[in-house]
Amino acid sequence: MTTTDAEETPVVPKIGEELLSVDGLVKHFPIRKGLLQRQVGAVQAVDGLTFNVTRGETLSLVGESGCGKTTTGRLLTRLLEPTAGKIVFEGRDISHLSEGRMRPLRRDVQMIFQDPYGSLNPRHTVGKIVGAPFRLQNVKTEHGVKRAVQELLELVGLSPEHYNRYPHEFSGGQRQRIGIARTLALRPKLIVADEPVSALDVSIQAQVVNLLEDLQEEFDLTYVMIAHDLSVVRHVSDRVAVMYLGKIVELADRVSLYEKPMHPYTVALLSAVPVPDTKRKAKQERIRLQGDVPSPINPPPACRFHTRCWKAQEICKTTEPPLIELKPGHQTACHFPENVDAPAAKAEPAS
Amino acid sequence: MSEPIEEVQDAPVQRLERGDAFLDVRDLKVHFPTDDGVVKSVDGISFQLERGKTLGIVGESGSGKSVTSLSIMGLHPPGVANISGQIFLDGQDLVTSTREEVRLLRGKRMAMIFQDPLSAMHPFYTVGTQIVEAYRVHNDVSKQVAKKHAIEMLDRVGIPQPDKRVDAYPHQFSGGMRQRAMIAMALSCDPDLLIADEPTTALDVTVQAQILDLIRDLQREFNSAVIIITHDLGVVAELADDIQVMYAGRAVEYSTAEDIFDRPQHPYTWGLLGSMPRIDRERTERLIPIKGTPPSLINVPKGCAFNPRCNYAHLNGGASETDRPELLDTGNGHLVACHLSPQERQKAWETDIKPKL
Repeated sequence: MTTTDAEETPVVPKIGEELLSVDGLVKHFPIRKGLLQRQVGAVQAVDGLTFNVTRGETLSLVGESGCGKTTTGRLLTRLLEPTAGKIVFEGRDISHLSEGRMRPLRRDVQMIFQDPYGSLNPRHTVGKIVGAPFRLQNVKTEHGVKRAVQELLELVGLSPEHYNRYPHEFSGGQRQRIGIARTLALRPKLIVADEPVSALDVSIQAQVVNLLEDLQEEFDLTYVMIAHDLSVVRHVSDRVAVMYLGKIVELADRVSLYEKPMHPYTVALLSAVPVPDTKRKAKQERIRLQGDVPSPINPPPACRFHTRCWKAQEICKTTEPPLIELKPGHQTACHFPENVDAPAAKAEPAS
Repeated sequence: MSEPIEEVQDAPVQRLERGDAFLDVRDLKVHFPTDDGVVKSVDGISFQLERGKTLGIVGESGSGKSVTSLSIMGLHPPGVANISGQIFLDGQDLVTSTREEVRLLRGKRMAMIFQDPLSAMHPFYTVGTQIVEAYRVHNDVSKQVAKKHAIEMLDRVGIPQPDKRVDAYPHQFSGGMRQRAMIAMALSCDPDLLIADEPTTALDVTVQAQILDLIRDLQREFNSAVIIITHDLGVVAELADDIQVMYAGRAVEYSTAEDIFDRPQHPYTWGLLGSMPRIDRERTERLIPIKGTPPSLINVPKGCAFNPRCNYAHLNGGASETDRPELLDTGNGHLVACHLSPQERQKAWETDIKPKL
């Protein structure tokens, strides 16, 4: 794998430097009706996200289904075009780049998909699948594509002999490895991994998690991980963004988020995780959230969580809480955050 | 199949007498003949379950968990599976019963919650109609009464505005609500045995917590026996009294939930516990996965099916590769199918495994 080194080396990657920044990202999917296909509404899948990803870190987006985490992933890789807002990758605004202008950037931003069955073409051999990026990007490899692919296969823990096999001959975990090999082919800088392990068995899940960590170390990869399993997220992430109905409600480093969650939604999410310990069963107090996530077509006004929040008061229904830093590196969008040290707490408006 | 008959006679040696338990599964084997060979999905499992108790069946995909539950429910199409062994539900053997007899048991005596409510519910009928249908099979009541019952059940499982929702179609429900509706359907006749096959796998964690609470509350209320099938050790820890760990169609460990989590004995159970990141413990630098992949059920490894993936197989002087270990009691009803001697197992657990979990 010495293929793309030459192009990457000019910019010496520095850990801690900003790789990607997102500002006010919005994606609304229009709902059209009638003969004239007039727009009657919009699914507000992502509604104003602002965050940065620094080089070498793993940022996880967590939340329940329908909170917009997958849409965010697709926006970052520009598989979707944002309705508003800016995505800046390595200092370059990529929010509205055309397909053709985007193509050279695709080698730097890659994606791992959730479903290892749907994301590999069943009619192509492993060699063709993993070698496709080289062909599409016209990358010359030193010893030919086959050699490069075989090196990639070894890298992800498969054997080079698998080159001529077809995806159906592999188990789910092995397929996910094939997908990861393809992702790594062009040595991307940023990998958006959409639920990379949730379709896998527990024992295989651990293998793939370890593989992703090893690869990150070896190639200085930056991950944006999209996941719903909070235990896995805690294991892999440096920072975590909790999303609810298209907005980030809390963004913090791993330790601070898991030990002192501030947003009530995060608190509820964490308390809902079943713990494999029978002794905890009795004493564990769980915050039971009522009902389901409201529809993103018609989200609740102001704080979107107020319909299910046990701390909600009048102000939550009228004023949207901004995402502000309550503690260094810990942003929360809530009028009545939890776990706030007394001096740091902002003056809570009486209601 | 001739061999199962011999083994049935062996089975009671390690098991209680017939008819003691509400559900008594003995040496159940479910084999599927295919063009590539016989798929031994379930290859001799035995367990018992009392009313009011919950059994957790844990294992990876292909370990035979779901096939076991489908055989109890009698849901394998005729002629597809070769089922041998015995399944006693309150003294009645389900394996030798006719399909019609088993059909009458379904709903009233036993019911099942499936993993995917979207495909388990009929898209053409309203949720209410489907609950009413199940209820009227077992209860001679008018449609109005049955509908009222359906509304009560939907209310019981926490569906808002049940009197309106009863006329909605499954696609109009969210995932969590569909799962509740299916639970309402399964419970509409107060079944004595409830089988929940991955009931929360498709759900978000907050909804999962609601559903687990619901199953627990309803079990307390109706004193049902519950079998919960899952790959999520967290879920079984929440619900189960006893846990059976399955691997390649056989039980490798069976004990109380406390024992399985505090004193697990089988290397596979250790592997499962080491593979999952724990939210309740200090974060470890690395997970300890089980090497390799689950075996094909057509070509199960000789001897102990787990031996190619086991870190301790070499300690048994080759026995792991040749002899299949039986599920034996190691004391206090903790059953383990492993060749390791108790001392070695104790040592491995204390030194290698426990400190890293």
